[in-house]
Amino acid sequence: MAVVGASICSYDGGVAAPQTTPVQSPDVETLPATDRPWITVVHDDPVNLMTYVTWVFQKQFGYTFDKAQSLMLDVHNKGRAAVSHGARERMEYDASCLHGYGLWATVEQP
Amino acid sequence: MFRRYGKQCVATFAPDEVRVLRKVATEVVGLLTDGFDHGDPVVDRLFPDVYPTNSDDSAEFRRFTEGDLKTGKIDAAGAILAALPSSSGGEVRLDEEAAEAWLRALNDARLAMGVRLDISAETDLGDELDDAVLSDPSSSRVFQLSVYAYLGYLQESLLTALTE
Repeated sequence: MAVVGASICSYDGGVAAPQTTPVQSPDVETLPATDRPWITVVHDDPVNLMTYVTWVFQKQFGYTFDKAQSLMLDVHNKGRAAVSHGARERMEYDASCLHGYGLWATVEQP
Repeated sequence: MFRRYGKQCVATFAPDEVRVLRKVATEVVGLLTDGFDHGDPVVDRLFPDVYPTNSDDSAEFRRFTEGDLKTGKIDAAGAILAALPSSSGGEVRLDEEAAEAWLRALNDARLAMGVRLDISAETDLGDELDDAVLSDPSSSRVFQLSVYAYLGYLQESLLTALTE
């Protein structure tokens, strides 16, 4: 994809795609705090259009339309949703990209 | 409103629309350059704390990311200014990259106006506009609310054209 400008945040099909992160770790609570996964959280906002938020999730994370829309509805209905999880630095990168799109994103370690 | 022609999103703008879009995009650039102020709630919204409960970590994150984020937003608003026709109106043709920049910039403008207009989840834009017109049809609130609604329609139509 040959896009220039503020495109470093476009989904690149890279290895860090959140949906490929292993989820089978049963002892996550017993891991040292530094090893526990972090999450990027998107918060509900009265201005952002639902269709735009769905598009951003597809664009940023390479999610399918269905997955992106379901996350958007979680944000809308529950007030917030975890949209990606992984290493802290990666989550900060995701949050920064989402800020570039105007979404209200934060990072936390549950 | 935007339509899709081949790989481009195309719309025709009347002189009034060109004037409003130029004004809005210029104001966003101003907000991000000379007028940049962390005490401004609009800036808080465009550059949210990434760690709401840890101001040190938020400040650290800001130190590393704010410059690029600001540049990206200024460039996006610049993409609107660059593509607008002359003040007599005319056609705007956007390729995919320009369309995405427009979407981000329109969103930033709506966020900024949303803060100024005190838009909340309970706000019904139609009611809000009716109230404002009843109290004073020539007020700046009527104008601001109309522009805010217009930018929403425009963003939605561009997104539809881009993704269809």
